[in-house]
Amino acid sequence: MNAIDPLLIARWQFGITTVYHFWMVPLTLGLGPLVAIMQLMWHRTGNERYYRMVKFWGKLYLINFIMGVATGLVQEFQFGLAWSEYSKFVGDVFGAPLAMESLLAFFVESTFLGLWIFGWNKLPRTIHVACLWMAVAGSVVSAYFIIVANSWMQHPVGVDLVNGRPIMTDVWAVLTNSTAISAFTHTIFGSLGVGGAFLLGIAWYQLWQRRRDGIDTLGADRRVIVGEASDIPGRDRADHGVWLVSLRIGAVVAMVAFAGVAITGDAQAKLMFQQQPLKMAAAEGACHTGTSFSVLSIGTLGSKNCNDVIPVIEIPGLLSFLANGNFTTDIKGINELIPQYQAQYGTTLPNNPIYGDRAGTTIDYLPVMEVTYWGFRLMIGFGGLAAFAALVALWLTRRGTVPRPRWLMQLAVAGILAPFAANSAGWIFTEMGRQPFVVAPNPSGVDGVYMFTAAAVSPGVSFGEILFSVISLTLVYAVLMVFELRLLVRYVRGGVASAIPELDQRNDPDSSDDGPASGDVLAFAY
Amino acid sequence: MDMLPTLWFAVIAVLWIGYLFLEGFDLGVGMHLLFSARNENQRRVMLNAIGPVWDGNEVWLITAAGATFAAFPVWYASLFSALYLPLVFVLLGLIFRAVAIEYRGKGTTVRWRRGWDVALGLGSLVAAFGIGAALALTTTGLPLDANGDRVGGAFAWLTGYAVIGGLAVVGFSLVHAASFLALKTDGDVRSASRRFARRWAPIALLPLLIWVVALQASRGSAVTWGIAAVAVLGGVAAWLANGRGREGWAFVGFGAFLAAGAASIFMASYPVVLPSTIDHAFDLTVGNASSSPYTLGVMSIVACFGIPVVLAYQAWTYWVFRRRVSASSIPEVHPVRPAVRQR
Repeated sequence: MNAIDPLLIARWQFGITTVYHFWMVPLTLGLGPLVAIMQLMWHRTGNERYYRMVKFWGKLYLINFIMGVATGLVQEFQFGLAWSEYSKFVGDVFGAPLAMESLLAFFVESTFLGLWIFGWNKLPRTIHVACLWMAVAGSVVSAYFIIVANSWMQHPVGVDLVNGRPIMTDVWAVLTNSTAISAFTHTIFGSLGVGGAFLLGIAWYQLWQRRRDGIDTLGADRRVIVGEASDIPGRDRADHGVWLVSLRIGAVVAMVAFAGVAITGDAQAKLMFQQQPLKMAAAEGACHTGTSFSVLSIGTLGSKNCNDVIPVIEIPGLLSFLANGNFTTDIKGINELIPQYQAQYGTTLPNNPIYGDRAGTTIDYLPVMEVTYWGFRLMIGFGGLAAFAALVALWLTRRGTVPRPRWLMQLAVAGILAPFAANSAGWIFTEMGRQPFVVAPNPSGVDGVYMFTAAAVSPGVSFGEILFSVISLTLVYAVLMVFELRLLVRYVRGGVASAIPELDQRNDPDSSDDGPASGDVLAFAY
Repeated sequence: MDMLPTLWFAVIAVLWIGYLFLEGFDLGVGMHLLFSARNENQRRVMLNAIGPVWDGNEVWLITAAGATFAAFPVWYASLFSALYLPLVFVLLGLIFRAVAIEYRGKGTTVRWRRGWDVALGLGSLVAAFGIGAALALTTTGLPLDANGDRVGGAFAWLTGYAVIGGLAVVGFSLVHAASFLALKTDGDVRSASRRFARRWAPIALLPLLIWVVALQASRGSAVTWGIAAVAVLGGVAAWLANGRGREGWAFVGFGAFLAAGAASIFMASYPVVLPSTIDHAFDLTVGNASSSPYTLGVMSIVACFGIPVVLAYQAWTYWVFRRRVSASSIPEVHPVRPAVRQR
């Protein structure tokens, strides 16, 4: 046996590539609908402000979008690459939503986004805005299908066990899996939170920059006096409205998104207490059976000895309320659940060749509790923080611009990261909390439809191959992250003029036409 | 007779042919960017000829992979895990390529653009070669044991067939892209592309022809030989049409060369989807690698609805962007300047 188990490397690879992919995806999912609404507003009102918003935010949307596409390819391939036993075991039911995602969502998303990018001044305006809506709809539908696939791993439904493999018997049950519905809505709201905070942080920076450059000032009544600076690209009067409206949209979206996240998250938690009780007990650090929600526990969280876990702050009855809607029903703790799992699914891995050297070793049913416990709390904490910051931001900008202090601006920009962190923490919690299963058993489903992660990895793939791929993918991802951030920063600093060069009066000094580019010059070109 | 698995084998063949036909010219344009373009304007003409469509074309690959997973999970699992390293390189190539297309125009320095050109060109080359190798090996075989797992180490796939398949897709992509650029651009790029196709098509299409003939010789029937002959006719007709400046017909002909050639390969392979070079008892076939009839039935309904709709709106996209791109249609570059008062 190798010093390091290939299984461990394969899991790290899946974790790294998926968490990374899901930095781009929520921004795509969150920003896309907002840009589409902006363009619809422009289409309806003809207001130049919305045109500028579409151009600017659309540019950032695209810079990020492509990274989601590029890293998404890895997702489609890596089940077969590193997890061939998993792919064979679940293929009959798990492959279908992936294929539907490609056929019904990815094609729509990519094709119509191409039409939107290159369709400026070429397509009739109504068609052009519809293309963006189609692309955004494609993104949302793809999120639905991939979460259907993931939810089947969390809670397998709609199958029978034939010759030891789950065989799909009811596609409708798979598509309407309760886990999928709650996780999908939760993810969409979580992504809108990302989009909202992104608008808020960047718009704040722009308004702050306008004040810093002396363009906008405060009058005697403490209200903003909007100015303009002809020597700075794009910094005219209309520019102020672009940012103020963007900021307010961002703040409102961030708050609405948090409300949605809370409601759908509550529904999801209630399901999880039924479907994966050990995950929720691990999220709680709940050693003993009880009703209290732990706000803070310290000590050795991973320990099975309850004396090692020291609850510092607890809210009596809250855990029961989260799970059942009342304050008195006991929620099973780890010490009660683990013997149940051992009785049902065994204490050691079966002597089956697919387990390789791992056959016969003891199964640890407890997820890495430091990760589940803190993942759950960071998700809620960062999500709540972002929503609270949005509320504060609305109050601070009530006079029509942002306050002068630089640190407030830095805080607003840093706040963009909070919902990203909440999203990552939530997914890490839900995926790590599923361990040691790759397909978690469904307590009310067909017996035998579950799979240990230890059985899922490709038997034919060597340690060296997986090590090579995890290192090369991580390095490439790191390099590309630098480029994406550099471009985002460059375009943000450029303001609206970075997306509408005509606004920069130093460009085209002799051209005075305000219509679309003449002749057959493309309105947009790579 | 396994009706549904056979249907799905055909669907997957169609998806691969669609992918190679459409992304063939995208990948080829990426490679041409490295050595055929004479200046920045020509590079941008080439890139913008595929600009609106390349991302939609790439989805054919994701769909081919996803459909294989759904309809033939054992094929998907064995092929992808056996070809671990080459497919990781395909992924890295496609990642660099996608990001390069989007990012190269967003910087103005020569270094920035040349850097992304290399990423785009090499990424396209590696992806084309790797996909060609993978497809060749799924028709000629891999050393698979009874469980469908590769034996013989990380490089057991590196055979003559892998190289021929890799060269086949690279060579075809270069010619197909030249034909596409001749059809979709105007000016110097157009004439240079036509010259490229005339000079190089007979050599560049050879590896694909070798692959076709090798497979027909071992497993072909009269029908598949006939389809292979159509491929040859298509290629010859395309070459002649290109020489006479009939760019549309040349493009159709090279496309027919690929479609018929690939169809003859898939049909000759049927019903084996992935042969084992160790023992034919371990071959994966449409019978033993497929999903259940229920799953295939569900997916058939989805495909019946989905594929025609995709074809319709992708065709519409090509109609919208039907105009030729020329040197004069490329807009000027505007540097992005900070909207900040200089202090």
